[in-house]
Amino acid sequence: MPTKTAKPDYRAAADAVVARYGRDPDFLISMLQDLQSEQEHVPPEAMKRLAEVLDVPLSRIYSVATFYTTFSLTPRGKHLITLCVGTVCYLKGAKAVAEAIQGRLKIEPGGTTEDRLFTFQPVNCLGACALAPVLMIDEKYYGKVTPAQVPEILAEYGAKEKP
Amino acid sequence: MIVATERLLNSPADLARLREEAAARGKPTGTVMSLCRGGGCEVKGSGRLFAALQGAAEELRAGGKDVQLKRIGCHGFCEIGPILVIHPGNILYRNVQEADVPEIVRETILGGRAVARLLYADPDTGKSLATSQEIPFYRRQMRFVLRYNGFIDPTSIEDYIAMGGYAALAKALTEMTPEQIIREVELSGLRGRGGGGFPTGRKWRTCREAHGDVRYVICNGDEGDPGAFMDRSVMEDVPHSVIEGMIIGAFAIGSRQGFIYVRNEYPLAVVRLRQAIEDARRYGLLGEDILGSGFSFDIRINRGGGAFVCGESTALMASLEGKPGEPRAKYIHTVEVGLHGKPTTLNNVETWANVPYIITNGAKAFASVGTEGSKGTKVFSLVGKIANTGLVEVPMGMSLREIVCDIGGGVPGGRKLKAVQTGGPSGGCIPESLLDTPVDFDALTKLGSMMGSGGLIVMDEDTCMVGVARYFLDFLVKESCGKCTACREGVAQALHVLTRICAGKGQPGDVELLLELCDLLEVAALCGLGNTACNPIRSTIHYFRNEYDEHILERHCPAHECRGLFKFQIIAEKCKGCGLCRKECPEKIITGERKQAHVIEAVKCTRCGKCYEVCPFSAVAKV
Repeated sequence: MPTKTAKPDYRAAADAVVARYGRDPDFLISMLQDLQSEQEHVPPEAMKRLAEVLDVPLSRIYSVATFYTTFSLTPRGKHLITLCVGTVCYLKGAKAVAEAIQGRLKIEPGGTTEDRLFTFQPVNCLGACALAPVLMIDEKYYGKVTPAQVPEILAEYGAKEKP
Repeated sequence: MIVATERLLNSPADLARLREEAAARGKPTGTVMSLCRGGGCEVKGSGRLFAALQGAAEELRAGGKDVQLKRIGCHGFCEIGPILVIHPGNILYRNVQEADVPEIVRETILGGRAVARLLYADPDTGKSLATSQEIPFYRRQMRFVLRYNGFIDPTSIEDYIAMGGYAALAKALTEMTPEQIIREVELSGLRGRGGGGFPTGRKWRTCREAHGDVRYVICNGDEGDPGAFMDRSVMEDVPHSVIEGMIIGAFAIGSRQGFIYVRNEYPLAVVRLRQAIEDARRYGLLGEDILGSGFSFDIRINRGGGAFVCGESTALMASLEGKPGEPRAKYIHTVEVGLHGKPTTLNNVETWANVPYIITNGAKAFASVGTEGSKGTKVFSLVGKIANTGLVEVPMGMSLREIVCDIGGGVPGGRKLKAVQTGGPSGGCIPESLLDTPVDFDALTKLGSMMGSGGLIVMDEDTCMVGVARYFLDFLVKESCGKCTACREGVAQALHVLTRICAGKGQPGDVELLLELCDLLEVAALCGLGNTACNPIRSTIHYFRNEYDEHILERHCPAHECRGLFKFQIIAEKCKGCGLCRKECPEKIITGERKQAHVIEAVKCTRCGKCYEVCPFSAVAKV
């Protein structure tokens, strides 16, 4: 998470990903994915720069960046909470876990907490059905999660006491 | 010393020599501990366990003991992970924890005895079973695609080669013509494992005969069906089998460039495939002049962007071109006009992984397994309310009951099995009474479901079937790309009606309205996502109409799942009068003396369920 006060140079970041893939708009999704992981979002300045360098309309870049759920146009929180809401997790109570997270952090699916500590992202399936319901924070998995465990798990990442 | 740019293998003879060497090197001399690092075991902490075992192995080696630790791919039996297999004896330990390591070292590695408490116990007889061959979960399976799973290190190309990998490629390039390969695949009866079940050989032939000199092959690794993770395991655990299948296919079709489109949620699959491709290039199995045959082919990996619709062939191709994943009408087939307008063959991961088996063993061997119209095996992910969650590969034609009850161990906790869902959001629910249906593309379609990519989700009596239909429609609304009106509006309307029914606000005629929407979606939607959206609705209405009626007419959910459509009641015999529910009830409408049975005042109850959650004696029942 960049904590610098100076604003990062997003145009330069865009140039760097273009250099990596060549000026081929076929690689637009890969370029945006790199921007997303390096900058933790797809900054509008970078999209404008990509349009210039790749010589494609900005609307096309915007349409791609907003079509796929992996891209976010605003910075995500420090920790990404991924909750599986696939069929098996649904059957085994993922909905109640989602409600517990949303209630505890006061956020909606896809939203980021005010202190920018957490972003909550429900996904379709993590493919770890043996441990349903599955919750993932950053790279760490939590299996067979119950709503009661949620506050404890979130506290590991510095979630403040109940607001 | 080999220069990095130099290829290691220049001919099939080189490959055969390497296989012998690798097989000899791989032959264990002392003790080998093989730990599963597949997705399921990884989540259960096999990473930490690996580190602990590594430490133990180093110590043992320092003491002069010949001990090796090996990382292997998914065994399939995720329920009992992390799984550790120890050679000699092939002793299988289940649910192994870091704390078990000292005992395993002392007893098994040094003492040569099995640790009884870590063995798998047969659920019927209670007898401890030492090896995987004895465990019922494995005994009834037949493994073509997963044949190397549990035996090889997924990151080692030499492990794959030692087991016979890339022999099919060498055979195809030197002993067969493209025509012969296509003929062999046609004769095998292989059908697309992604769901549709289109004959693979026919697809390849049409593509080969299509106009133009540039052709593409694509591997569809955008496994989006929730509850299905077979393709993930194949990509992560035997990545070379997919690559080998693609090279053979490319040679048969006449393509020089391939793509693997991997789902964004599978980062490990990307890492494993990327490494496998680099290794294959280094060994001369990908790139220019493969094995000195004059044939050149390479593969690129693209990561998806988290869009379910990209599993649809034309949407996937749009995504590969760097565009939003919106499908197009398919009056012109992609085998003629596909990626960049060129003839393109797109097959699913499991389909590609079947190809080396067919080439090595012949179409006849493959076709000898299965039913009239569905040949070979199918990998399923067996999940939901089932005892043995995991990946299974069974011959086509096995009954759903055998898979769910005999291999899967049935529904746990003494609950009754209600339905099995196949085919993901495009599939349907098959009721318990029809479980003797064989697994076969056509038989499942006839029941109003479909094979799909292979998710088998088991549901018990606590699952509301209207809720299941609502769940899938909710999924599809979020994933509909919005290009065609029928899907964008139709799916949304169907969800609206289903939500209303689940909320107890259903109206007479709602079921007919849903069926009407299904008819519309089936004919008017642009792609498979919209066309098959009717399957979850139709199948649940067809087999579980009573549940719909009970929701609508009696405002009651028979599975006690739809909040507000069932009541809570305290069972006097079970209630110990602890007072917890009385304390927690937000409406303060539970009464009763200490150590006496409590009572809920039914009229004032908001049915929030708090009492049900907190009762330590399960004395609160849903009625």
